[in-house]
Amino acid sequence: MNCRSEVLEVSVEGRQVDEAMLALLHTILLHRSTGKFHYKKEGTYSIGTVGTQDVDCDFIDFTLVRVSSDELDRVIRKAVAEFKDALGNSGSDGMGQISLEFYQKKKSRWPFSDECIPWEVWSIKVNVVNLANEQERQICREKVGEKLGEKVINIVEVINRHEYLPKMPTQSEVDNVFDTSLKDVQPYLYKITYQITDSLGTSVSTTMRRLIKDTLAL
Amino acid sequence: MDSDLSPQDKKDLDKFIKFFALKTVQVIVQARLGEKINTCSSSSPTGSDWFNLAIKDIPEVTHEAKKALAGQLPGIGRSMCVEISLKTSEGDSMELETWCLEMNEKCDKDIKVSYTVYNRLSLLLKSLLAITRVTPAYKLSRKQGHDYVILYRIYFGDVQLTGLGEGFQTVRVGIVGTPIGTITLSCAYRTNLALMSSRQFQRTGPIMGIIIDHYVERPFTNMAHMHPCSYRYEGGTYAGIEDSQEVCTTSFSTSPPSQLYSSRLSYQTPALGTVDLCHPTACTAAYVSLPNQMVVPGKEGGVPQVPAQPTHGTAAEHGRIPSCPTGQSPQPAPPTSCSSEVKTVSPSDALETTFTRKVGAFVNKATTQVHPPPSPAPSSPLQGSLHSNTSSHSGEQPQDDFVMVDFKPAFSKDDLLPMDLGTFYKEFQNPPQLASLSIDVSVQSMAEDLDSLPEKLAIYEKNIDEFDAFVDTLQ
Repeated sequence: MNCRSEVLEVSVEGRQVDEAMLALLHTILLHRSTGKFHYKKEGTYSIGTVGTQDVDCDFIDFTLVRVSSDELDRVIRKAVAEFKDALGNSGSDGMGQISLEFYQKKKSRWPFSDECIPWEVWSIKVNVVNLANEQERQICREKVGEKLGEKVINIVEVINRHEYLPKMPTQSEVDNVFDTSLKDVQPYLYKITYQITDSLGTSVSTTMRRLIKDTLAL
Repeated sequence: MDSDLSPQDKKDLDKFIKFFALKTVQVIVQARLGEKINTCSSSSPTGSDWFNLAIKDIPEVTHEAKKALAGQLPGIGRSMCVEISLKTSEGDSMELETWCLEMNEKCDKDIKVSYTVYNRLSLLLKSLLAITRVTPAYKLSRKQGHDYVILYRIYFGDVQLTGLGEGFQTVRVGIVGTPIGTITLSCAYRTNLALMSSRQFQRTGPIMGIIIDHYVERPFTNMAHMHPCSYRYEGGTYAGIEDSQEVCTTSFSTSPPSQLYSSRLSYQTPALGTVDLCHPTACTAAYVSLPNQMVVPGKEGGVPQVPAQPTHGTAAEHGRIPSCPTGQSPQPAPPTSCSSEVKTVSPSDALETTFTRKVGAFVNKATTQVHPPPSPAPSSPLQGSLHSNTSSHSGEQPQDDFVMVDFKPAFSKDDLLPMDLGTFYKEFQNPPQLASLSIDVSVQSMAEDLDSLPEKLAIYEKNIDEFDAFVDTLQ
């Protein structure tokens, strides 16, 4: 099975990075999250309900729709904040990429750790621009809003191709497919990584501590 | 075809399609209410949340959707469409987008109904939630209120996209294959948001048609087949007119019968600019001679209101609309007694009451939501012409010498307002300049403001703890 890879590119002003990333990541996660599974004795399961929330952006003319889960929102915001800090600290021209990867775990025998097999990767390339005056910022607000709208349409188009999705797991396998750590929703197992492109064009890989922790904990 | 589908699967599929259609309508309409939508996730399944999504059901919307479906399901050749349009407070309307739930003949026989189709329909609803916030109508709907409202209409059958203007764009939300066909959900949205065009005006109502009918042969045959805005709303064909009668009643209940015609004309005329309007023939001649201006009169008339007005006096013999309830005689009014007070009195009251009902109140009531606002500004040319017109009923030409006449407002009653209505109207037309707009005063006050700033800042800093505590209570 080949991993499906999609790339989205956006150019934003510095203060728009957070919201632009949140908008796209939450749109993808909305489609890649289900309600909590409740397994019953006969091998069947029922699924909880996913609520949604409209969030108006402060620096972009855009309203994003996200899953109603504060826990999930916190995790995503933390990842985006780290990415933004890295972008700011790198001293680069403000180019970077944040990736949202959905994966399945495949159990391996000891001493090998479980394999993480990605089945869908979304890469969001960001180019941070500097604007000279308020008028340009206002135009940027609207333009980035429109661009994000186009990206949402792209995301929806890819998702509605109904290509590979992991099979619905049995109760014993559910943690190999879904992230069951949240109490209200259940996204597919995912990880968020980012790369900052320095001014020489070479990429410096940075991985979130949580990812390393997850991998080692297995 | 269907014979490959077990009866249980067929039953399930029909149920899924039905509820999917109902939820689709809910998502679309709720996304156009002008508010942010928040629903809660629930880890315990309640059994009532279709497609595992928390989408509330607005009963009115469900009712309208079921009425449109009339027991049928969207299928091949039978599309369910939700049309979103904008209606201004001046009565102009414009289609913004049409969401289409269609089915084509491409079948996916191998797909599991109760599992895969269900989950994919759930995914499609999530996509719909995202896409409804992205089309241009979303931003318009978030700003609706005083100047315009967003309306919806559900219909079943053939998709109609002609009202979207040239260059409309289409976005496909998604598709779900089923054993009986492929469900597709898409949105066609307008890109040309220019509101005023003669084509659109034709849809706003027969105001001009009635007036022209009365005095002159109808010069603009394209005005003949206009429909009141309420035609859009199922079962509400004349709801607008009944409402307008109510408004009309409020406006004209105590009017002297002989002043009916000219007062109504003046209600229309501010849009026409520098024309002689108080002479009946001249008035209609004015309408005839200024086709470009005829676009705007909708502003004052507001479609639903006006058609009910002229029943007796002028158009009664044409067998048009049912009566205004009060004792208005068919005599044409003296041209001098033009007034526009009606627009400053009752419509503004009506305006206030109806605009509070935004949420879920669009169906069959939309015509009550929009009323012509009082707009005194454009009527200064009117006033100029009013004061300079002849007072005769005869067929004098507009080019005759002007004669100063007393301006007696029609339909006025002293106890409605604490002052003479005519005086009020004159003062209202010529208000004194705002003090803050005069340069000297503004400079002076700015200087004073700047001087007082340090003091104010000191006070605020002193009370900073209070402010912080207040902000905390808000969070």
